[in-house]
Amino acid sequence: MTIQGFGYIALALILVLGSAFPLGAYMARIFEGKMRFLAPVEGGIYRMCGIDPARQMGWMSYAIALLMLSVVHFGLLYAILRLQYYLPFNPQHIAGMAPMLAFNTAASFTTNTNWQAYSPESQISNGAQMFGLAVHMFISAAAGIAVAAALMRAFVSGGLKTLGNVYVDITRVTLYVLVPIAVVATILLLASGVPMTFDAFANIHTLTGGAQTIARGPVALQEAIKELGTNGGGFFNANSAHPFENPTALTNLLEIWLLLVIGFALPIAFGRMIGRKREGIALFAAMALILGFAMVGDYAAEAANNPILVHAGIMAQPGNMVGKEMRFGIVQSTTFNTAATGTSTGAVNSVTDSYTPLGGLIPMFLMQLDEVAPGGVGSGLYGIVLFALLAVFVAGLMVGRTPEYLGKKIQSKEIKLAMLAVLIQTMCILAGAGFSLLTKSGLGSLDNAGPHGLSEMLYAWTSATENNGSAFAGLSANTPLLDYGLGLAMLFGRFAVLIPVLAIAGSLALKPKLPQSSGTFPTDGPLFVGLLIGVIIILGGLQFMPADTLGPLAEHYLMLKGSVF
Amino acid sequence: MLREIRPAFSLVLFFTIILGVALPAAFTGFAQAVFPFQANGSLLKVDGKPIGSALIGQNFTGPDWFTPRPSALTGTDAKGKTIPTPYDASESGGSSSGPTNAGMVSNVKARIAAYLKAYGPGPVPDDAVTTSGSGLDPDISLENALRQAPAVAAARKLPAARVTALVEQLADHRLLGVIGTNHVNVLKLNLVLSGMTAP
Repeated sequence: MTIQGFGYIALALILVLGSAFPLGAYMARIFEGKMRFLAPVEGGIYRMCGIDPARQMGWMSYAIALLMLSVVHFGLLYAILRLQYYLPFNPQHIAGMAPMLAFNTAASFTTNTNWQAYSPESQISNGAQMFGLAVHMFISAAAGIAVAAALMRAFVSGGLKTLGNVYVDITRVTLYVLVPIAVVATILLLASGVPMTFDAFANIHTLTGGAQTIARGPVALQEAIKELGTNGGGFFNANSAHPFENPTALTNLLEIWLLLVIGFALPIAFGRMIGRKREGIALFAAMALILGFAMVGDYAAEAANNPILVHAGIMAQPGNMVGKEMRFGIVQSTTFNTAATGTSTGAVNSVTDSYTPLGGLIPMFLMQLDEVAPGGVGSGLYGIVLFALLAVFVAGLMVGRTPEYLGKKIQSKEIKLAMLAVLIQTMCILAGAGFSLLTKSGLGSLDNAGPHGLSEMLYAWTSATENNGSAFAGLSANTPLLDYGLGLAMLFGRFAVLIPVLAIAGSLALKPKLPQSSGTFPTDGPLFVGLLIGVIIILGGLQFMPADTLGPLAEHYLMLKGSVF
Repeated sequence: MLREIRPAFSLVLFFTIILGVALPAAFTGFAQAVFPFQANGSLLKVDGKPIGSALIGQNFTGPDWFTPRPSALTGTDAKGKTIPTPYDASESGGSSSGPTNAGMVSNVKARIAAYLKAYGPGPVPDDAVTTSGSGLDPDISLENALRQAPAVAAARKLPAARVTALVEQLADHRLLGVIGTNHVNVLKLNLVLSGMTAP
């Protein structure tokens, strides 16, 4: 570990946290409908699509409309993947995708997961990347933010029957936030060397007289929205480790910023919407503390290097370079991968499978905490509000008062729904990984023996259920068991959380807004931040202790002993 | 439920056309006009013919070239057997071996022995014996390049000081002391090297 390493983590966090404040203020104005400089464009879209922007939706209509959008988009993507051979922009003449892989991929991109069981260079055409996958990166991100906006509105005042209009929310988030930031980021990436071409792969005669085929395509735009929308689906198999996706240390820093900025802006927007900025800052602080610790921890684990290799004769410094790129070294790799797993981005700029056991455990643990540090765009905010409800409930139990959060009474209905959302994810991960390891097919997918094999399977189910998409790349995921199983886990992980969240929002919106009294437990100070982090770690993380102990922790001690498998 | 069908279909189609076709097409046009070199893959040309990409590594072997990092990429030969295809940029990826993977450890041990044999006793930089994340890493660490320089100079009958100076000259350094790493692009290094003649 070096001072420069800590300096880099501090720099990345300062850039993100600093810009989250103005962006959050801007987003609050969008959710309130006060940001209207693109009103003519909006109006045109609403007319063309038969949307009545004045229509206000209750939680049920909001959820149904969102499901309908997802079903339609799922169907369209499935069709595009199956038929890509016949569609335009396919210079490599890539064949249509097989049904089970197309199902898995469509589920993956509809749910903002971006799990990639396919190898992009040989299995996806440029066209399918552009109008299949990249469009989902915008829309599934906007849908997540729309649900967060609906939940925020539930706390604004009392006696509300409606939460807004989902079509308007998605359109505005896309037009005012995602497209402008993505456009600027695309230009920066282009200037730094990320390709944008419709030409076929380049065939090269190398310096030594050999031949090299270089995959390329319209990468830059997809790269920008892939990070900004916390999607993560790489244009190339190596994802952001590929020099064409992430050519320099500066693009790496830009991508880290894109990954995190909306996630941290949303609690700020929340505080502004409810007129109590400190409440937003408390959630923001909890997110930042968890992520900061994770970044430092992951850097420490990787900088400590693999003692087996050091014993074999490599230099102890700079650290474990297996699966990492030279232009990023240690700290710029670990910071990227923790940022990606703290959000719900499946992007990686280094192979997590090859990290040291603790270096791999930290990204997995961030996902197991239901991704609230700061979480995916939208899903992070509604995730941490669920934990805040559970935290005030726990505090209420301790002092024997009916818990309140932001002036709304929290009663058994909300707590049951919040627990449902948390437990469904845990069940999917543990039952899914456990079941897979009981089958021959599941065991056959593992690339590593010993405890690392368990880590691979556990990581896959965690990543799918939490809609992350990051992978311990060694797992052979394109098997019937994992294509269908993980596909279903992604759908459960998305909609079995999103619908309870909207139900909670609907129920809270109706309740009267109580004035603060001397008996109100303050939720805007360090005490609450500490309690919230405790609840996140205990409720979100503790359930995974046994599995994490048998996988990464066991491997860590075996590695120190010098065991190999 | 039925009333949501039309808006859902139209919105998805609208965004597919705008964000999935119009926007990438506009950006491709823009990129080809403003950043033609980067947009097509940063291809380096010698006598008008592309010889590689400034961003993608190439497989150099033998004592008279600087050697890149090991690449974990594999392909299949005509008989369907898995064979190593280092730096085949029609694909990408790392080895995905975990830290206690016996195969990985023995590979690294073999590479350490080969490195010491080629460049003499001394420290073995991590990047020289470990596979990268992309399998296409264009760079090696500055330490690694400086360790290789005397042997490469000897094989090409060049003064060691000249080759070492070339490495120093082409090296990228950390920005502001924090961003990036100290490294050298192997293809650019070898490209200049191939034009050097003995004094």
